[in-house]
Amino acid sequence: MGVSVADKRLIGTPAGDSLWKSGMRRFVRNRPAVGGCWFLAVMVLLSVLAPLIAPYAYDAQDLATGASFSGMRHLLGTDILGRDLLTRILYGGRVSFAVGVCATLVSVGIGVGWGIVAGWAGGRTDAVMMRFVDILYAFPFTIFVIILMVFFDRSLLLLFLAIGAVEWLTMARIVRGQVLSLRHKEFIEAAVGLGLSRKRIMTRHILPNVAGPVIIYATLTIPSVMLLEAFLSFLGLGVQPPASSWGILIREGAESMEEYPWLLIYPGVLLTATLFSLNFIGDGLRDAFDPRSARE
Amino acid sequence: MTRFLLRRILIEMPLSLLVIFTLTFFLIRLAPGGPFSAEKSVSPQVLHELKRHYGLDKPLPVQYVGYLGSLVRGDLGPSFKYPGRKVTELIAESFPVSFELGCYALIFALLFGCTAGMIAAAKNGTRFDFLLMSFSMAGICIPSFVLGPLLVLVFGVLLGWLPVAGWSSPADRVLPSITLGLVYVAYIARMMRGSMLEVLVQDYIRTARAKGLSEGRILIRHALRGAVVPVVSFLGPAAAGLITGSFVVETIFSIPGLGRFFVTAAFNRDYTLIMGTVVFYAVIIMVFNMLVDILLAVLDPRVRSMGGGVRGG
Repeated sequence: MGVSVADKRLIGTPAGDSLWKSGMRRFVRNRPAVGGCWFLAVMVLLSVLAPLIAPYAYDAQDLATGASFSGMRHLLGTDILGRDLLTRILYGGRVSFAVGVCATLVSVGIGVGWGIVAGWAGGRTDAVMMRFVDILYAFPFTIFVIILMVFFDRSLLLLFLAIGAVEWLTMARIVRGQVLSLRHKEFIEAAVGLGLSRKRIMTRHILPNVAGPVIIYATLTIPSVMLLEAFLSFLGLGVQPPASSWGILIREGAESMEEYPWLLIYPGVLLTATLFSLNFIGDGLRDAFDPRSARE
Repeated sequence: MTRFLLRRILIEMPLSLLVIFTLTFFLIRLAPGGPFSAEKSVSPQVLHELKRHYGLDKPLPVQYVGYLGSLVRGDLGPSFKYPGRKVTELIAESFPVSFELGCYALIFALLFGCTAGMIAAAKNGTRFDFLLMSFSMAGICIPSFVLGPLLVLVFGVLLGWLPVAGWSSPADRVLPSITLGLVYVAYIARMMRGSMLEVLVQDYIRTARAKGLSEGRILIRHALRGAVVPVVSFLGPAAAGLITGSFVVETIFSIPGLGRFFVTAAFNRDYTLIMGTVVFYAVIIMVFNMLVDILLAVLDPRVRSMGGGVRGG
């Protein structure tokens, strides 16, 4: 193994290839991260397939049954209105994952755009743009999401946009830092010297080089986005009943936990486990691919 | 340092406030509906009078300037939903409760977080270290709105040791403070461990060891001061997080604080109360961030000579 590495270095294998491979090797060796991947894959699959595999309709009530513990007919039991908890958890997962992915995409869009413009423009533009980020940083921005959700209708689309609009700050800082350092590299100078258009330099030369940190940080954004959605739904500001979301389930569970604790415990444990997996995956990716931590 | 502080108080803080004020003002006003739209029984004429009374019939820029003017004079206007009450009064009543809760949570977080982080760093690589760090990962991943009800269930309902809601006796303070603070215990523990590990390999620690000092004394008297710097700079974002967290915790435990007030105000579309709360929160955070920066300068004299180069957040 050691010989071949040395050989490769002599031959001059493209650095991107080996970096990717060694990163993957490190990632696969990280057991919590791999475990997280499996758990997450199962959860996402179950949620996506919810309309096909869910045993009941998510809003089908059975008032005669009422709340019941796990049994043959209802695997995870039923809530006070006799709705099947497993079904509601699966449908809730759809909302949570949809928000997690879409809102993160929104935040990546804003953050990358903001960071690239600030980093490339430099000078006073950069100073003003990053000062704006500083101001918002020091501020509990969740307040804005709450205001947005209350004042405009509580649609899923708005939820994506509102949460995305909160979570882009760190992304903008990371991208700006990257662009600042890339700007003075020879290959960018060469691109400028060749007379490439600014758009082409941005999309073909700058973007691919910031992609790594962006992907890693985006993975770490997903759990905080999902947490924020659940937080809003818990306060009654997110997804509206009878639609299901893990935040709503936890809220409903908390209301009746003295008699039916499992209504709180099942969705609570699932949300926590999902956040666990996502954090493990994000940390694993960062450890595996961040060059600074890549020492073996 | 003085010049840096003056610049911050006289220029930067008012500017930041203006940005936040303007954003919030137009965000609220551009939305459909208003504070009186929920009351369907109100006749158009009464509605008109109500709007005229509160100055809502004037053009938006005029309202903006007018409200900004009264804000400068320290007047946040009358509440729309609590007739006859001023927003400043409402905040003055409810904020002390939230402040107390936040203080307990922060003290809890600092005490346990720093201790756990230090112990984990001192016992780096052992099973004890692994256990502490696993706990802190759990603390980060369990949302407060899951933890709070669970704590109530176990300690309030099943064991019956602590009250489940309210804010009158000292025992009422325990569960909300833990619920609000636990995430920060976890974050601070991880941070403290990381920076402690960096400090412990420095030369001056080796010198201290060579002098024959006890390990405990080295940790507390020598390493702590250097290692605590990242934790102190984390206090700024933590304060913002505590405010957000208070929305949920005050709701779970029925605590009559500003957090719950804000959520209700948002539901009611009580324009002035929302604006007032947002501006108030912003001031609190800025003052807190400034205190953090001063504290950092005290801890690390090198920061002082950098003048305006230090930024919170």
